[in-house]
Amino acid sequence: MTLDLFEKFDPILNDYNSLPEGAENPFTVSMEKVLSPTTAIINGRETILAGTNNYMGMTFNAECMAAAQKALTDFGTGTTGSRVLNGTYNSHKQLEETLKEFYDCQHAIVFSTGYQANLGVISTLAGPKDYVVIDTDSHASIYDGCAMGNATVVRFKHNDPDNLDKRLNRIRRDDPEAGILVVLEGVYSMLGDQAPLKELTRISKNHNAYVLVDEAHSIGVFGETGRGVAQEQDVEDQIDFIIGTFSKSVGTIGGYCVSNHPKFEALRLVCRPYIFTASLPPSVVASATKALELIASTNLRSKLLDNSMRLNKGLCDVGFNMGTTGESPIAAIVIDDQNTAIAFWGEMIKEGVYVNLALPPATPNRMNLMRCSLSAAHSFAQIDFMLEKFTLVGKRLGILQDKVARIQNLA
Amino acid sequence: MTQNVDEIFERICTLLKPFNKKDIAIGKDTAFSIDLELDSLTVMDMLSEIEDEFDITIPLNMLPDLETVGQFTDAVHKLLSE
Ligand SMILES: Cc1ncc(COP(=O)(O)O)c(C=O)c1O
Repeated sequence: MTLDLFEKFDPILNDYNSLPEGAENPFTVSMEKVLSPTTAIINGRETILAGTNNYMGMTFNAECMAAAQKALTDFGTGTTGSRVLNGTYNSHKQLEETLKEFYDCQHAIVFSTGYQANLGVISTLAGPKDYVVIDTDSHASIYDGCAMGNATVVRFKHNDPDNLDKRLNRIRRDDPEAGILVVLEGVYSMLGDQAPLKELTRISKNHNAYVLVDEAHSIGVFGETGRGVAQEQDVEDQIDFIIGTFSKSVGTIGGYCVSNHPKFEALRLVCRPYIFTASLPPSVVASATKALELIASTNLRSKLLDNSMRLNKGLCDVGFNMGTTGESPIAAIVIDDQNTAIAFWGEMIKEGVYVNLALPPATPNRMNLMRCSLSAAHSFAQIDFMLEKFTLVGKRLGILQDKVARIQNLA
Repeated sequence: MTQNVDEIFERICTLLKPFNKKDIAIGKDTAFSIDLELDSLTVMDMLSEIEDEFDITIPLNMLPDLETVGQFTDAVHKLLSE
């Protein structure tokens, strides 16, 4: 008897099939119309988008749209080629120039997604005799970059400098000459916590390791000119490679890596996820270039963080168990029971708020999260609407007791 | 400081106690996923504790080959004698 290749998915399919049907299923929902960076029509109803990663509200920016439309008219819908075979237009080079200016650095390479930037850079830089040292809570693209490469992979405990130090010590003890790449994230996306880059880079440099920081969730959001957490914590000169994405603050799609390493351009010759995939379409390149200029010149960061603080504080005050503190654009409540979390998501969408349901293994410490990623484009009225609906659903599902009961319980 | 396999096995069993929720008897054939019902994340956490206990580097790359306590013991033994 031949084996069914799909048999191994039976457990996950069983879970999937037990999900609620129709409008309340988080994995089948789709948007009928997108009205703005913060609103869409879903299930025929106007819905507030509370989990988009659209931190700057850049997706409908008039200047970015005009630039994209012009590029579409002038250069067509796609490049139909890799960066090394037909797929490099002047605008791709211009975008790389813009990135170099944005980061004030020597080299920039644009990839087709942030996922591919991590896959490509990590798997290529760290070869068979090298080590990659990653944080436990790293994004899937970092784990996959490790899996694709041939280096020895070692994990350290999330954001724990001593734990990193121990591991680097052991590697150096056993192999004084090894090349070591330490991979960090500026902001860890699930709970919005920042890496303590000062300590982590100091330790890495003590052991002569290279440091790569993925600023996917921090570009535009932190730092004086929006470069991210490395800028915010004033350690940019200690960082060898910064990776980022255009799919969040920049409002389109694409990834990049910037560096001052004198031989950095070699990656264009050897990095397979750069070479063996088509380059970004001209309209995407044009809007990304414009958005980077806007991020460097306008400051929407305080509005964004005010929005986040307002929602975080509100959720905490009504008695939710918080996963976040409000110091990043993320607001997430922790729900103990997975089925309650799934039901919570369904109730929220019925009430007109689209939040993100985040479940293990994508979450740290196996948490079930109802997660919002806020935007500078949200109004306080929208934030208050989210809060009202969170509270309503929390009470409906018995997660929140009403205030009187809570006070009585405390007494 | 080379240790014999039985000593290593004993120390690993001690480390496994908090992960052994159903309090089953642990032998060298005990499998992390099937017998102890540990998911891959928990196995990685455990790996980290074993690294610190024995002061060794256990690369993540080795994980797919470490399904049982016995295999883990042998791997640690090998790493310690290198
Ligand atoms: C930390 C991190 N790195 C990389 C990515 C991938 O970015 P992209 O959407 O450009 O593939 C993400 C997005 O989910 C991320 O959170």
